[in-house]
Amino acid sequence: MSSADAPARRAALPLLAAILASLAVVCAPAAGAAEQPRASLPQIERQVMCVTCKIPLNVAESPQADRERAYIQSLIDRGRSEAQIKHALVGQYGAAVLGLPAEHGIGLAAYLVPLAAVLTLAALLVVLLPRWRRRSRAAAPGEPPAPLPPADAARLESDLARFD
Amino acid sequence: MASMKVLALAGVLGLAAVLSGCSGQGNSSGVSQTNYVTGKGVQTSYPLGHRKTAPVISGKELGGQPLSLSTYAGKVVVLNFWASWCVPCATEAPMLQRAEPTLRRYGATVLGVTYKDATPDSEEFVRRYHLTYPNLRDGTGSFAGNYGTDQLPESFIVDRYGHVVMLRRGEISQQFVDRAIELARSR
Repeated sequence: MSSADAPARRAALPLLAAILASLAVVCAPAAGAAEQPRASLPQIERQVMCVTCKIPLNVAESPQADRERAYIQSLIDRGRSEAQIKHALVGQYGAAVLGLPAEHGIGLAAYLVPLAAVLTLAALLVVLLPRWRRRSRAAAPGEPPAPLPPADAARLESDLARFD
Repeated sequence: MASMKVLALAGVLGLAAVLSGCSGQGNSSGVSQTNYVTGKGVQTSYPLGHRKTAPVISGKELGGQPLSLSTYAGKVVVLNFWASWCVPCATEAPMLQRAEPTLRRYGATVLGVTYKDATPDSEEFVRRYHLTYPNLRDGTGSFAGNYGTDQLPESFIVDRYGHVVMLRRGEISQQFVDRAIELARSR
């Protein structure tokens, strides 16, 4: 290779670096997307509701449920992720499509009652556990059991010897 | 001691019951899943003095522009709840479209409201039946709920004063359309 090629090579290096950098930028999101599992209809059907029949979509048999499935499938075909599809469904049918209780009114009870139950149980344990520990310590045996009479001890020894 | 154990056990069982109740899905077996009225519709006329004010409807058109029933204050409105998945809605849509020019001539209109229908499906329905009247989205069914509508199709004639004159549950009839035109013509 002649020394006349050296300037040309030096000029080509930044260009090559720029091309590689652009390829990295273009390919990185595609590689990231490829890592995400593809959304599937049965998977989403289990997680959303048929909005007119008010039962999970995977067990619903109604014209509206069929349209809802077709809508989900169209989004899957367009490469949307599960989260994007759920977001689109909420945009079309409201939050009820996710089958979650409303965050106001009576629906709020669905969130508050379990929380209150957990807190009550935790409070009960905090109060009761130390008491139980204290009682079990108080009831602990203070003296070892009395030794067996010599006759009984000999009989026990002979019985145990039979099992050796 | 024993009473405390019973108390704790009751707490644990109660918590388990609450949690299992939360994760359970309602079973509505036996409820009609089609959500549309088949066969002949049922019509109710409300005489003067017994007409209720039409509940507010305010949202977005299929195209995304804001629209509300109050836009048509002072006009007769045929309010029609429909969805692309509703078979009788498809049957009555051409009849409503045929009535639209006549109604418009008398300052009245048809106002469609899509019920729990995906926008692309509704738009396809509008294209297929060449509907020229405005259609407002009700994805959550909240407007329909205010009108007591949970099955389709359902149509209402709202007079110039914003009162419901007539209700049709199920596919509309020519008589229903004629009543709307008659109301629009009368001054």
